[in-house]
Amino acid sequence: MDTLITHSSILIIAIPLLTAFLTPLIGMASKKARNTLLIVSLAFVAFLVFALARDISINGIHIYTLGAASPDLTAPKGFIVPVRIILEVDGMSILMGIIWSIVSLAAAIFSLSHIASETGQNRFYTLLLLMVTGGFGMMFTGDLFNLFVFLEIASISGAALIAFRTKFADTQEGGFKYIVVSAIASLMVLFAIGLLYAQYNLLNIGALAQAIQYTTPDKIALALLVIAFAMKLGAIPLHMWVPDSYAVAPAGISAMLVVSSQVSMYALFRVCFTLFGVTLNMYTVGWIVIILGMLSMFIGVTMAIPQTDIKRLMSYHAISQSGYMLLGVGVGLAVLGDPNALATYGREAMSGGIFHIINHAMYKGLLFLTAGALFYRVGHRDLNRMGGLGHKMKLTSIFFIIGALSIAGIPPFNGFASKFMIYESVYQFNPILSAIAMLVSLITLASFVKAFQSAFTGPPLPEYKEVKEAPKSMLIGMGILAAAIVFFSVFPGLIVHHIVDPATNALINQGAYVNGIMGGTP
Amino acid sequence: MEHIPLNFPFLAAALLVGISFYIIIFKKNLIKLIMGIAMLASGVNLFLVSLGYRAGGVAPIYTDVPEGPMVLSVPQALTLTSIVINVAVLALMLTMVIRIYRHTGSLDSEKSRKMKG
Repeated sequence: MDTLITHSSILIIAIPLLTAFLTPLIGMASKKARNTLLIVSLAFVAFLVFALARDISINGIHIYTLGAASPDLTAPKGFIVPVRIILEVDGMSILMGIIWSIVSLAAAIFSLSHIASETGQNRFYTLLLLMVTGGFGMMFTGDLFNLFVFLEIASISGAALIAFRTKFADTQEGGFKYIVVSAIASLMVLFAIGLLYAQYNLLNIGALAQAIQYTTPDKIALALLVIAFAMKLGAIPLHMWVPDSYAVAPAGISAMLVVSSQVSMYALFRVCFTLFGVTLNMYTVGWIVIILGMLSMFIGVTMAIPQTDIKRLMSYHAISQSGYMLLGVGVGLAVLGDPNALATYGREAMSGGIFHIINHAMYKGLLFLTAGALFYRVGHRDLNRMGGLGHKMKLTSIFFIIGALSIAGIPPFNGFASKFMIYESVYQFNPILSAIAMLVSLITLASFVKAFQSAFTGPPLPEYKEVKEAPKSMLIGMGILAAAIVFFSVFPGLIVHHIVDPATNALINQGAYVNGIMGGTP
Repeated sequence: MEHIPLNFPFLAAALLVGISFYIIIFKKNLIKLIMGIAMLASGVNLFLVSLGYRAGGVAPIYTDVPEGPMVLSVPQALTLTSIVINVAVLALMLTMVIRIYRHTGSLDSEKSRKMKG
């Protein structure tokens, strides 16, 4: 067991990667064996993530050096800087890991019946597992260049998955937009990495954070990184691809794309807090993040109101919700240099923002899956033509209600817990921001009441007489996420204490991350 | 190489990146857009590989080393990885454009787009 945990960080990345290339081989022999392999490997990865999370909460930051005599030997004898590929997993990384493992498992189970009638299923699962690999890699890597490589793995497989159903014209358009945006963003990231490497001859995040001087090229690199990751996470001025790509992807993939955008947000936070940290002019950058968040929140929700395509509506809400996370963590970033303000409200604002990342991944994932179940049974996504589906799809409508109440921040659901933490703490920073956040929450509720009313309520329509409840594997996929939401709603204190607070501390405490790498070489 | 100023490759890289951003933002044809992204990739690759250039440096192969500074091979490795990744990205983009053309019969980004608002 100890050996397993020591090597768990690389196993979490390697198992999906190996399974990805095994699935087409086994899929040729038997579909059932392939599906079992997919679910078992993802479940085992989820188990490893939870075991690693427990280990990190006891022993602190987990370091894994590839190819070294012992995994924690970051710099070989005679070197003063780390030269090997290093994985560094701290509280923030493992939080993202927990989200990604739950959502990818639910999405994979959901997809078993969602794409059962499509051709090329073997390739679908290969791409899905590659996307899982890319996501875990981005979270766990301690190296800027590997961040770029994993970003590209996640983007390429994500784009191919969006465009998977080639018989529709709109899927091709959505996939093309996604790959264009991803390609430009990741080349900007690579350019910024080049700028940093040119000055310090380092690629390791911890070592760079120690050496960084905040010169003019550093500022250019920071600007490039912030723009690139804001583009990948779909913050408002750079959001145009989000509704097009999320809406046309197979529903399981939409749920995973939400988390994959949040992984880009994780990369943004990692760059702002850990890489630049105290050398940064935090007040300016913090306000830039806050303004990006406010714009996303408000414009996202106003754009969602007139939508009639159910998944497009949810996609605009995804933009709007990511605004809350940017707002919460942005406030923390803005007061990072002021220990007093940080202790009174900055830390709480950050915890609220980070807690909202988990909650959003769960309820937006669930909502996308219910939309996928509707699409599977009804055959279109137009809310105006739906109606009375609650009579036939009882469980799906219950799952939709859970997701909708949670996203609108209705107590006692988990969306309320995190939003309340954000309102309360941001109010002390700037009351206007908090008021706008509450207003946006109200509009969100209105919009989801509309969506629920037009899809599920009303008399049963004659054209949907044949509609049945969603297939079993879809219900299991939705059930996993709904169970997670209910669990988070009942025990918000437990989650905040054990998962969210360590993540907040990991972001604030830049020194711990640096010491994790450089500790062996004083 | 003696008579070329040392920062000449960087200027070329900046020029490539600038031109490619112009193409990406203003050109309506999807194939031209892809060409813009390919140029952006070349600009970034040129920048990376010129970081690794040292005047008179030798390749870091430890057997039978001639005199002089040794070049650190990291930028070359980065460039190589980046080239490989970009080949995959460009191939995927081109297949998607072929599909878009089959579905809509147009390569103009204004005419072939279905989703608005």
